[in-house]
Amino acid sequence: MVLRYNIFRLFLSFLLSISAITFLAAQEHGATPAPASNTEHHVVDSAGANHSTEMHADVDHNSAHAEGGHEEEPFSPGETALHHIADANSFHIFGDVYMPLPCFLYAPNFGWTIISSTSKFDAHHHGTGTKAIDGYVMEHGEVKRVNDESFPKGEVMIGEFSHVKDTTGGKEKVTSFIEYQGKTYQLDKKTTWDGGLMGGGTTSYYDFSITKNVFTLLLTFFFLIFILTKAAKAYATRPNQAPRGIQGFIEPIYIFIRDEVAKPMIGPKYEKYMPYLLSAFFFILGLNLIGQIPFFPGSANVTGNISITIVLAIITFIIVNLSGNKHYWEHTLWMPGVPSVLKILILTPVEILGIFLKPFTLLLRLFANITAGHIVIISFVSLIFIFGKAGESIGGSTVGAVISVPLTLFMLAIELLVAFLQAFIFTMLSASYIGAAIEEPHHH
Amino acid sequence: MLFLADFSVIRPEPGLLFWMTLIFLVFWFIMSKVAFKPIATALKKREEDIQEALDQAKKAREEMANLQSQNEALLKQAREERAKILKEATETKDSIINEAKNKAKEEATKVISSAKLEIDNQKNLAMAEVKSQAGLLAIQIAEKVLRKELSSNAEQVNYANNLVKEIKLN
Amino acid sequence: MYTAIGAGLAIIGVGIGIGQIGGKALEAIARQPEAVGDIRANMILTAALIEGAGLIAIVLSFFVK
Repeated sequence: MVLRYNIFRLFLSFLLSISAITFLAAQEHGATPAPASNTEHHVVDSAGANHSTEMHADVDHNSAHAEGGHEEEPFSPGETALHHIADANSFHIFGDVYMPLPCFLYAPNFGWTIISSTSKFDAHHHGTGTKAIDGYVMEHGEVKRVNDESFPKGEVMIGEFSHVKDTTGGKEKVTSFIEYQGKTYQLDKKTTWDGGLMGGGTTSYYDFSITKNVFTLLLTFFFLIFILTKAAKAYATRPNQAPRGIQGFIEPIYIFIRDEVAKPMIGPKYEKYMPYLLSAFFFILGLNLIGQIPFFPGSANVTGNISITIVLAIITFIIVNLSGNKHYWEHTLWMPGVPSVLKILILTPVEILGIFLKPFTLLLRLFANITAGHIVIISFVSLIFIFGKAGESIGGSTVGAVISVPLTLFMLAIELLVAFLQAFIFTMLSASYIGAAIEEPHHH
Repeated sequence: MLFLADFSVIRPEPGLLFWMTLIFLVFWFIMSKVAFKPIATALKKREEDIQEALDQAKKAREEMANLQSQNEALLKQAREERAKILKEATETKDSIINEAKNKAKEEATKVISSAKLEIDNQKNLAMAEVKSQAGLLAIQIAEKVLRKELSSNAEQVNYANNLVKEIKLN
Repeated sequence: MYTAIGAGLAIIGVGIGIGQIGGKALEAIARQPEAVGDIRANMILTAALIEGAGLIAIVLSFFVK
C-alpha cells in the first residue's frame, strides 16, 4: 500500500515537473518577440500558390515585411514532426543552441567546399545563418546553395530569407530565396536520388557533410565498437567462465541470433553469415535505441531515414544473390514442373520482381516503423502546444501536458519494443532470404 | 499552410548513403575480426567444455549405476550361495539322518533276523530234543510193549516171519 | 487527400491480416503451450511479410498522384 502510494506520488510529481518545464519553455517561446534585425524565414507567400516563381516572392516578401511580418506562424505539429525527423547539418540541442558540424559540399560546376563548422554561417535564431560561404547558406539547420554564377564566392553577409510555394503537379513544393544586395537569389536543396518522385532530384550540388544522422552513426559506431570489443576481451581474459558485466548483455543477444535466427533460417552453413547478421542487428538496434533518447546525443531519426535502410537492404540483397546456389536460381528463373507458358508469362516475372521486392520491403519496413514512431511521439508532445496555443495559455498547456505525458510515456514504451522488434525482424528476414538462397534441394 | 520541412526522410541522399555504406562496412569488417569471431570461438569452446563436463558426469553416473548393479549382482549371488549352502547343509543333514535311520533300521532288522534265526535254531533244537526224547520214550514204551508181547517164542517167530515178509515185499 | 485514403485502406487490410495472425497464433499457443517459440517466430515472420505488402501499397499511394 505504501509502495503504491509512493509510486503514485512519484508519477504525479514527475508529471507536474514536466508540465512546469514545458510551459515555461512555451512561455519563453511565445513571449519573446523575434529581434527585428534577425533573418526571418517564416514569410508566407499566398500569392505564389499558383506556379509563378517570377520573383513574386520579392514583392510579397516586402509587403509581408511592411505589415510587420515578424508574426510567429501558428504552431503546426505536422511541420514540427517533419522537421524533427529530418536530417540536418547542425545538431539542435535546445533553444537556439546548436552543435556545429563540419560540411563537405561538392558542386559539379564549382568543386569542393569544406566548411569546418556550421557555426561559420553565424546563425542567431532557429539555425538560420546570416552569412553565405561560397554561395552556401544555412536555413533552419539545413545547408542550401545559391545556384547563380553571379553570386560572390567567399564569406558574405546575406539578407532575409523568403519562400514561394509551388503546387504544380498536385504536390506542394516550397522554394527558398535569399536577398543579397537588393537582388533575390533562388536556393537549391541538396541532391537526392529519388528521380524527382518524392519532391527531390539532382540539383547543383551534393552534400557529403557530417550531418546529424552521420554524427549519430559515428557515435553508435564507436559506442558499439567499445562495448563489443570490451565483451570480446572479457572472453579472452576470462575463458570458460560464466558471463559477467557487459558479456551478460552481448551473450544472450549473440546466442539468440545464433539459435533462433541463424540456425533455423540458414541451416548448417550459418556460421559464415553470423558476422553480417550480428552487425546488422547490433547496428540497427543501437541506432534505434539512440534515436529513442529524446535529448542531445540521441533523438536523431537515423534508421527512419530511407538512405540508411537502403544501404542495409542492398547489402542483404548482394549477400543473398551472391550466395544463391543452382537450386535457388533454378527455382527463381525456371521453376521445374510447371508448364513453360505459365513460367514465361507469370512465374518467372513474378519471381524476378520478388528478388527486388524482398529487399524493398525490408528497407521500407524499418524506415516506416521508426519514422512513424518518431512522428507519433512528437505529435503527442505537440498536444501541449496545441492545447496551450503555442505558449499563450498556461491552463491549456497544463491540460495538454496531463494528456500528453502518459500518452508519450506509453508510446516511448511501445517504441522501445519496436526498436528491438524491428532489429530482430530485419535480421530474421535477411537470414530467411539467405536461407532460401542457399537451401539444398530436397530429394524425395 | 506552408510546410517548410517536407517528408525529406523518404529521399535517398547521396551523402548519407556514402557515410552509411562506409561506416557499416567498416563496422562489419572490424567487428567480425575483433569481436564476433573471438566471441563465437569462446562460446563454442565453453559450450564444448560444458558438453564435455555433462558427458563426463553422465559417464560417471553410468559407471556408478554399473558399479551399483554389479554390487547388487554380487550380493544376489552371495545370497543365492548362502541359500544354496544352507540348502545343501539341510540336505546333508537329512541324508545323514536318513542314512543313520536306515542303518539303524538295518541293524535292527539284522539283530531281529539273527534273533529270529537263533530262536528258530533254538526252537528246532528244542524240537529235535523233544523229538528225540519222545522217540526214546516211544522206544522205551515200544521195548516194554515188545518185551511183553514177544515174551513167547511163537510170537517171536511170528513177528520174525512178518518182518521177513515185509522185507520180501520190499 | 486521395493518398491518405489509399494509405488508410491499405492499413485496414494489413490490420485485418495481422490481427488474424495474432489471434490464430494465440489460439495455437493456448492449444500447444510447449510450441510457443516456433509459433512466435513464424507469427512474426508472417506478420512481417504482410506488413511488407501493406508498406508497398502505402508507398505506391505516395508515388501515384
